[in-house]
Amino acid sequence: MKNIYLDHAATCPTDPEVVNAMLPYFTENYGNPSSIYSISRTTRNAIEDAREILAKAIGASSGEIVFTSGGSESDNFAIKGVAHALREKGRHIITSQIEHHAVLYTCKFLEKNGYDVSYLPVDSAGIVKMDELEKAIRRDTILITIMHANNEIGSIQPVREIAEIAKKHKIAFHTDAVQTFGHIPVNVNELNVDLLSISGHKFHGPKGVGALYIRKGTKITPLIHGGDQERRRRASTENVPGIVGLGQAVEIAPGIMSDEMKRQAQLRDTFIGKILNTIPDSRLNGHATQRLPNNINISFKGIEGESILLNLDMFGIAASTGSACSSSSLEPSHVLLAIGLDHELAHGSVRFSLGKHTTLEELDRVAEILPGIIKKLRAMSPLYNQ
Amino acid sequence: MEQYSEKVMDHFTNPRNVGTIENPDGIGRVGNPICGDVMELQIKVKDNVIVDAKFRTFGCGAAIATSSMATELVIGKSIDEATKITNKVVAEALDGLPPIKMHCSNLAEEALEAAIKDYREKQKS
Repeated sequence: MKNIYLDHAATCPTDPEVVNAMLPYFTENYGNPSSIYSISRTTRNAIEDAREILAKAIGASSGEIVFTSGGSESDNFAIKGVAHALREKGRHIITSQIEHHAVLYTCKFLEKNGYDVSYLPVDSAGIVKMDELEKAIRRDTILITIMHANNEIGSIQPVREIAEIAKKHKIAFHTDAVQTFGHIPVNVNELNVDLLSISGHKFHGPKGVGALYIRKGTKITPLIHGGDQERRRRASTENVPGIVGLGQAVEIAPGIMSDEMKRQAQLRDTFIGKILNTIPDSRLNGHATQRLPNNINISFKGIEGESILLNLDMFGIAASTGSACSSSSLEPSHVLLAIGLDHELAHGSVRFSLGKHTTLEELDRVAEILPGIIKKLRAMSPLYNQ
Repeated sequence: MEQYSEKVMDHFTNPRNVGTIENPDGIGRVGNPICGDVMELQIKVKDNVIVDAKFRTFGCGAAIATSSMATELVIGKSIDEATKITNKVVAEALDGLPPIKMHCSNLAEEALEAAIKDYREKQKS
């Protein structure tokens, strides 16, 4: 049985070219980039090359890129860093109800430490309500942090419009672009953002490495103190193989992006159409068109997500769910509740996220298997009468 | 997440006693869709012995497996014996559950309790 991997929003396989680029930096090129002898020059240059590649890809200059351990650190760094640096100016932050936990729980942490946070609601398609943003702005608002696209339902946020409002009020603006970079165009000047988070493994780079773009002039306090690495903005000996791998992944992504966007969006829409047509009482979560090309999120009435995933797994199909039963809390996905789903439908959601290796044949196979699984579980459910 | 035991997977994949009973002697429906699990247990009782049990469950793998195991454990037991089947007994019969899934076994115990209570009340009337 061939495995069908449809959880690319969780992580992607590392490209073989990326792995090959990384390998020498574990062995022969091991010098600490901070040292002065010649074997360290190679590693130092490799980091700066990767920085240059990433900066160019997003329309930044290399001095504006800080490498981190991943998306969560980038989000923590951006939010805590700006909050601390501007604490004398104000202590109010604006975010949305559908952020990734790396943003949401960082904001909750700040709330416990003397900051106020406004959580903007979204509409039923998962798009931030812009009129609510203007209303939420206060004289002491120091930061707006709203994701580029949602990781669960794929809704793409009006980042440019948000940036315009942020600029008008001279408020720093951060966006979590973990789900978008490498998948749809991300340019810091077009988006007009001050800070932007990126994660390597979401676009076929290695895990454990990411980056934060920090626009020149943005006030920010480091998260990790120690050595002088990353222009004193992030201490710790650099993850050289990881950074080299990230750079290599950035070099590969743009070349296939526009073709992949079209191809995946088409696969996505065909699959959604098939499922909604063949399975009664199923609904698409998120926006029909303003959504990531690789994201599919569907709720099935009367059944619970984990039991769907376990059944899919028996056929070698990997997907994910917004049901609480896959987490330690009993609450289902905050994103699905924010778009107005009741608890039962939120528990019955499944996310399929496509990648560049996903084929029509694979999706057809899932579309063939899924109706039987849903039927079997509904026959077992006291909440569904067929 | 911690993996399910083989027994859990067996009961999840091939759940025993799914469905409803015609004219059941006791019905227990517990849980809440808000928390992601609802279990309905129906029992048939003859001479104070549970001769049949059927379930329907909305929930995760552990919820379905504990429901299935609970029906296997109660069939053939007297009402008094059945009241001694706790969540721990069900979980142990499944070779254990991941810690975050232990609440699923409560569901089985509560459904059994509710079904027996319903049976006893019906006997009185």
